[in-house]
Amino acid sequence: MEEKKFRFKEGSFLELLNYKDLLYQLVARDIKLKYRRSFLGYVWSILNPLLIMIIMSIVFTLLFNKKTEYFPVYLMCGRTVFEFIKTATTKSMDAITGNASLLKKTYVSKFMFPMSKITASMVDFVFSLGAMVVLMAALSLIDGVFLFSWKNIGIVIVIIEAYIFSMGLGFFLAALDVFFRDIKYIYNAILTMWLYMSAIFYNIGLFYDRAAKQKKLGETQTAYILAKFIDYCNPAYIYIKQFRAFVWSPVISDVPFWQVMAPKDFILGFGYAFLMFFIGVAVFRKTQDKFILYI
Amino acid sequence: MNEYIVDVDKVTVRFNKASENIDNLKEYFVKLVRHELMFKEFLALKDVDLKIRPCEAWAIIGTNGSGKSTLLKVISRILKPYKGSVKVNGTVASLIELGAGIDPKLTARENIYLNGCILGYSKKFVQSKFDEIVEFSELEDFLDTPVKNFSSGMKSRLGFSVATMVKPDILIVDEVLSVGDVLFRKKCMNKMNEMLADGTTLLFVSHNMETCKDMCDHALWLNKGEVVMSGEIGPIADEYLTTIEARKAKEKAQKKKKQQELDKKAKEIAARKAAKQ
Repeated sequence: MEEKKFRFKEGSFLELLNYKDLLYQLVARDIKLKYRRSFLGYVWSILNPLLIMIIMSIVFTLLFNKKTEYFPVYLMCGRTVFEFIKTATTKSMDAITGNASLLKKTYVSKFMFPMSKITASMVDFVFSLGAMVVLMAALSLIDGVFLFSWKNIGIVIVIIEAYIFSMGLGFFLAALDVFFRDIKYIYNAILTMWLYMSAIFYNIGLFYDRAAKQKKLGETQTAYILAKFIDYCNPAYIYIKQFRAFVWSPVISDVPFWQVMAPKDFILGFGYAFLMFFIGVAVFRKTQDKFILYI
Repeated sequence: MNEYIVDVDKVTVRFNKASENIDNLKEYFVKLVRHELMFKEFLALKDVDLKIRPCEAWAIIGTNGSGKSTLLKVISRILKPYKGSVKVNGTVASLIELGAGIDPKLTARENIYLNGCILGYSKKFVQSKFDEIVEFSELEDFLDTPVKNFSSGMKSRLGFSVATMVKPDILIVDEVLSVGDVLFRKKCMNKMNEMLADGTTLLFVSHNMETCKDMCDHALWLNKGEVVMSGEIGPIADEYLTTIEARKAKEKAQKKKKQQELDKKAKEIAARKAAKQ
């Protein structure tokens, strides 16, 4: 006979721990259903980012005159990280409204639903790194140099940062979606803007070049302000930058390991992650009792 | 220690009965500008008191819309009361709707684990009870079939078996047994009686007074969110039935009166027609 133990307070974030087996079940279900349904399964899921990478690499190498070395790797780093934040947050946005029938009939920690979506996306993100491996292996073969480095392990830090950040944003959006269903469309527009502001297919150096030109002409250096803004205030870019420091930078130059990651990015990265996390959890906790009246 | 296992103290539950539910930003802003954001209060429960001692079996009776389900939802923590407090000392298994957490895309086996976990049990524990659940649900041959191919009776069998795998301190049943065939319904009743004999406290909602009288020793009569009577089931059931009968008779009388008036009118019209000709 087992006693149901409820060690953590009802409605708190830590209450999730009372249901950790359920979290595992829900995440496993999402992953299983995703790969069970498609014909090629896992191969398909890494084929898709590879194809997109090839198309974008061709387009953007033709478009920009300033060349970025190993552009496919550069691009892939940005896309993988951004794609994770995007899928995790959009999926968790539907988590409460999509499980309305369940929430009306049983009591479960409400944090469970966004949390399981975000965690499933995180696992998916780790799986999708296979595409990165394929790409780098192919480039290693073509160029005859071994592009992998032990510094690549550092991406674990980025995954943790992005995971915490996505949780915060995901909880916030999940709560908001209950009260305002059209927030989805607004968030979609925001995501597009965010994508262009995250220096995924261009190099942020472009802005500094432009600023230098503006300076020469005596104009206000708007490009400089924009570049600084992206550099300091866009968490997605901070994660992408760190990811590149661990994967792309070792490919193009042999930086000593203590210079791999800028401490500024590390502090800002975790700072934004925890800030977003606490905002998200606080909003979710405050509003969760009213969910049932709106779903 | 508290002598009550369920202590519902002056609970009020409030809903918004506004003509349309505002659930998007666009409408919200339009209404805000036009000053049309209103809150029409609707109290589903008003100052309801319910104190249950361990081992009692309570029937909750009342007509449709009297707040029975709302009360059960408050006790099973799904709804938070607007005023008042609810204290529950013990584990609750609520059968408000069977198979609430069933995912049609998963197989029966996967669903048993998923539902067990939703109820707050560990995977290991569900594993140890797995055979028992399967045996009770009589679904041995369909374990690896996706639940979307199940009939509704099979689904509710699965739901009931998972929900009752452990003897809870408090069992909440809300008219779930109306589905399923006679044999399975009987099996469920037997299981519930077994639990009752084992010392489980029961909260039961049904419109069938006979079943209520069979299963329960106490009753709470709700009408439009207010307690009409509460206590021993015998007198309450009688009083309830007489009220219902009286209301039925009244309605019948009204109907008769209306019919008579209509007949009268028809006769008049016929008479007039005849006079014209």
